This record gives sequence, C-alpha cells and structure tokens, in this order.
Amino acid sequence: MASQSDKRLVGPLGRARGLGSAKQGLNHWWAQRVSSVALVPLTLWFVVSAVHFHGADQATVHDWLRRPASAVMMSLLIVATFYHLALGVQVVIEDYVHREGVKLTSLLLAKGLIVLLAAAALFTVLRVAVGG
Amino acid sequence: MAEAAPPRRPRPLSPFLFPPTGTYRWQMTSSMSILHRASGVALGVGTLLFTWWLLALLGEPSDFEAVQDFIGSPIGLILMVGWTWALFFHLGNGIRHLVWDTGHALTLPNVYRGGWTVIIFSIVLTAATWVAAFSF
Repeated sequence: MASQSDKRLVGPLGRARGLGSAKQGLNHWWAQRVSSVALVPLTLWFVVSAVHFHGADQATVHDWLRRPASAVMMSLLIVATFYHLALGVQVVIEDYVHREGVKLTSLLLAKGLIVLLAAAALFTVLRVAVGG
Repeated sequence: MAEAAPPRRPRPLSPFLFPPTGTYRWQMTSSMSILHRASGVALGVGTLLFTWWLLALLGEPSDFEAVQDFIGSPIGLILMVGWTWALFFHLGNGIRHLVWDTGHALTLPNVYRGGWTVIIFSIVLTAATWVAAFSF
C-alpha cells in the first residue's frame, strides 16, 4: 500500500485540495451537470409551449410571455441554456483547437457571442414582461 | 556503438480511424457519443433562431411574421425537425450520462440498452411533437 502511494504524482496537499493540473477541480464538470438537470424541466416546458403557440401571431405570443410565470420560466431557460452552451462549447474548442493563440481567440469569440445572445434574449423577456 | 542498431519494431498506430478506412469497427456507443456532441453544437447554433424569434417580439408584427415564414419554409421545417430531434437526443442521452455519473448502468449490456432507449425516445418524441404541433 505504501509503495503505491509513493508512486503518486500528486503530493498530499495537492490531493487534499483536489484541484488537479488545471486548478479548476470539479467546478466545470459540476456546473455542466447542474445546468443540465435544470434544463430537463425547462426545455420540456419550452417544447410544450412552442407546440402550443405553433403558428400563433406576435400579439398572442407577446401576451403569453407577459405573464409572470412565462417570463420567469423563459428567463431561467435562457440563463441555463446559454450557461450550459458556454460550458459545452468551451470543451469542444479545447478538444480540437491546440494552437494556444487560436484556442484563446476561439474561446473568447464563442463565449462573447454566447453572452451577447443571452443578454439580448434576456433583455427581450424583461422588456416584454415589464414594459408596455 | 560499432554494431548496427537492430531493426525497429513498427510503432503502434492510433486506432482512431473510422470507416471508410475501416481500422476501427463501428459501434453504437461511440456513435452515440459523437452524436451527443454534434447535437449539442447544433442546438447551440439553434439559439440564434431562438434569440431572433424572441427579439422579433419587440419589433413590428411583420418582423415576427418574417420569423414565422422562415420557420414555415421548407428549409426552416427541415431545420426545425432536425433541432427537435437534436433536443430530444441530447436531453435523453444527457440523462443517460447523468445516470452513469451516479455510478449506475455502467455494464456493457446496460450501456447498449440505454443507448437504444435514447434513440427510440428521441425519434418517438420528435414525431409526437410535430404531430401535436400540426394537430392543435
């Protein structure tokens, strides 16, 4: 048993911290699981709503999104979706892009676009729910 | 040093070569893994339409109709059915992954059973969604 632990490349302090070589530990992995669990009910709600409002005009959808329950659910869907997307896209880029400069640029562009979309979507819901 | 080096054993090659090169046998499990990532990326692209659809609520009624027209066009419908399937596939396979994360269903028969369940689940729910969309 002693000889086994002697072969470890991680020291006792590093093992206790559990952060690994990337210094992030389980954070990314856990955040992806938590957002995925949240997205199960949220996406099912969205699909049922989308089916219900299939072909509906602007006023009908607008009135529906004004309702507090719809606005809250839609806001949560937006936050969870784009958060989950940012985490997923990060892994995909890190897996396939190996040149450091290109990788960093791709990550910044992808995450920037995701934040922009999330902000636009969230702003729309707030405007519809709170505004006239 | 005077002796010639013995002939080198050929270095092992990565088996990561899919058909048509045929080095790596097709497996349902690896296809599920690739499709999970592909469907996730596809859904990410789909958030562009989702955001456009939401933003159109703030514009003129004609802006919203433009989104509806795109969704109702032949290309739009193909994309929408594709995204519906991608959503249910990613959802189902995501739950399969969450089950694995708890340490369950990690035997080979269960991995295959779960995989086929997800495939059937995604196809049935995609069909049900579109039947419902055109019925109500």
